[in-house]
Amino acid sequence: MPEIEKNIKDKEIIERLEEGEYKYGFTSDIETETIGKGLSEEVVRTISQKKGEPEWMLEMRLRAYRHWLTLAPPTWAHLTIPEIDFQDIIYYAAPKPPRKLESMDEVDPELKRTFDKLGIPLEEQMALSGVAVDAVMDSVSVKTTFKQTLAERGIIFCSISEAVREYPELVRKYLGSVVSYADNFYAALNAAVFSDGSFCYIPKGVRCPMELSTYFRINAAGTGQFERTLIVADEGSYVSYLEGCTAPRRDENQLHAAVVEIVVERDAEVKYSTVQNWYPGDKEGRGGIYNFVTKRGVCRENARLSWTQVETGSAITWKYPSCVLAGDNSVGEFYSVAMTNNFQQADTGTKMIHLGRNTRSRIVSKGISAGRSQNAYRGLVRVAKGAENARNYSQCDSLLIGDRCGAHRVPEIVCRSRSAVVEHEATTSKISEEQLFYCNQRGLSTEDAVGLIVNGYAREVLAKLPMEFAVEAQKLLALSLEGSVG
Amino acid sequence: MLSVKNLHASVGDKEILRGIDLEVRAGEVHAIMGPNGSGKSTFASVLAGNEKFTVTEGEVSFLGRNLLEMPIEDRAREGLFLGFQYPVEIPGVTMANFMKMAVAEQRKYRGEEPLTAAEFLRMMREKCAVVELDPKMTSRAVNEGFSGGEKKKNEIFQMAMLAPKLSILDETDSGLDIDALRIVATGVTKLKTADNATVVITHYQRLLDYIVPDYVHVLYKGRIIHSGDKSLALKLEREGYDWLINDYKE
Repeated sequence: MPEIEKNIKDKEIIERLEEGEYKYGFTSDIETETIGKGLSEEVVRTISQKKGEPEWMLEMRLRAYRHWLTLAPPTWAHLTIPEIDFQDIIYYAAPKPPRKLESMDEVDPELKRTFDKLGIPLEEQMALSGVAVDAVMDSVSVKTTFKQTLAERGIIFCSISEAVREYPELVRKYLGSVVSYADNFYAALNAAVFSDGSFCYIPKGVRCPMELSTYFRINAAGTGQFERTLIVADEGSYVSYLEGCTAPRRDENQLHAAVVEIVVERDAEVKYSTVQNWYPGDKEGRGGIYNFVTKRGVCRENARLSWTQVETGSAITWKYPSCVLAGDNSVGEFYSVAMTNNFQQADTGTKMIHLGRNTRSRIVSKGISAGRSQNAYRGLVRVAKGAENARNYSQCDSLLIGDRCGAHRVPEIVCRSRSAVVEHEATTSKISEEQLFYCNQRGLSTEDAVGLIVNGYAREVLAKLPMEFAVEAQKLLALSLEGSVG
Repeated sequence: MLSVKNLHASVGDKEILRGIDLEVRAGEVHAIMGPNGSGKSTFASVLAGNEKFTVTEGEVSFLGRNLLEMPIEDRAREGLFLGFQYPVEIPGVTMANFMKMAVAEQRKYRGEEPLTAAEFLRMMREKCAVVELDPKMTSRAVNEGFSGGEKKKNEIFQMAMLAPKLSILDETDSGLDIDALRIVATGVTKLKTADNATVVITHYQRLLDYIVPDYVHVLYKGRIIHSGDKSLALKLEREGYDWLINDYKE
């Protein structure tokens, strides 16, 4: 093949990879009860009232709203965000149950194929595509067993709305204690209008026997655009929490501003894993979710908090899961794979705030950029004066696919302790022709080879995910590139 | 099995292969020797389909099909294997996973049932033994941190896994100590059957003590200028290439 043709062929392959369309989204016609566009004190009151909240909750929302009015959206990220008209958004929409499908036969075959490729079990496929699950299998009993197991150990796992009503003392004590409404523009907005989310409490010394996944929460469907999550691991307890799923998610609401707060008490451990696959927009960069998330946890003495995220979706991602290492000997970890394609933009990373003595943190960030996407790692490691012998290790790698994308790194280190050791390593690489030829020569298509190499690159992070999640995430990474070639 | 006629190939404006003719039949072992820069590795790469090189003239048929029209992966799936001189590293991808995919793709292409996990593991253990490789090696990333000897053994291990019809081994002996050379060469010999064929590219006759060739070819300036039996390799070892290439010097 002449040189020039070869180049064209390579270019085509890369372009097709890059332009991999998000085939996996699906829209369902959900009828909703709404209260009209716009945000005002009245709207905040209405939301609180519709949810039947106590007075203190309303007060919290109003304080947040009034503060929000004084703020402007942050502009420091490496993102081009179209101006958002906050009065053009509907802030309350109670979803009415969508029409149930009778069987999997009614589900879009394309969607079914994707589920199969992702290896999602049939029952979950049904739930996700709106098939009346109960008619086919007894999912209620699964959930009941699940709830019983948790209840026996005193573990609370419910929607945040339910928690506000049922466990007001706990919610009042912890809500807003890690991410205050004054933290940032989107955190304030979330605190004012949050629709729903999850609440989880693990009592002292209890080891949660299963991965807690929002899948299992009965009212997990339709948590909406302003999700609020609060996890409290009491002294000496342990929980592994899974957010999101590899299955595609499409939403009418373009703006999503979630807040996740985690309290890890003395000797406790929390693992928080996320797979984010929101609709990223089409290949021209139209549409797609704006995902502006504030996630933070505080660690008391000897506590450990580990964030693991696989980000493949959304048009714009603004997200920095962070650890405040307040207690002595506490440990914070952040493992991230962020993949952007087409016109996606991601500005994501973490903050490790070392306050206690002998605190340790570890950051492993793997960015993958393709298409014309922009992918930025932004990190802050701050070691306070009293944080003697604090230790941080950061590794930030970028992988580029094609030559029209961008990878950026903005690591900031502020160290006020003489005895601290802070290390930062970074690499940037491309998938080499030699690697592709080697794989091709062993009988792998270029598409499969790229998927394999990308997964190898992300392996260290994927290995941190719970087993089942890891397998799905691995397929998701390959699929996000694979589905687009040939 | 392989029929090469008047093959010309170049990289950029530079012509490297200038009319190669070669016939390889099932059950045969061919050795290709020649001074540095004569086009040996290029020939191997072109047969495998490396797109760095452009074929400008000639024909190659492999098992009755036009090889030059086939994509790289299909050449491999049809049974053409290239043992690399410099195997690349693929960080984070285990050998086991890599081979699992390669074997699965090959079986799919040939319409065979996929192997079960147990069958595959058994097969890996067996094939590791061919080149005295520790099976633990298969849980390491592809060629990452492998020594020179391990990389070459790993190439032959992959050859054993894929059971190719035609293996082209590009300087598989380079950088090997005597023991590793013996292991690699014995491995290749063990894999020899009446139905497959091997083309070994080498600088040294010592490899041919183990892998006994039926034919020895001398490649010079992109052409095969002389062919003979295994005694040719011995003569080259003793006398060098001068007696052959004098006629071709400008």
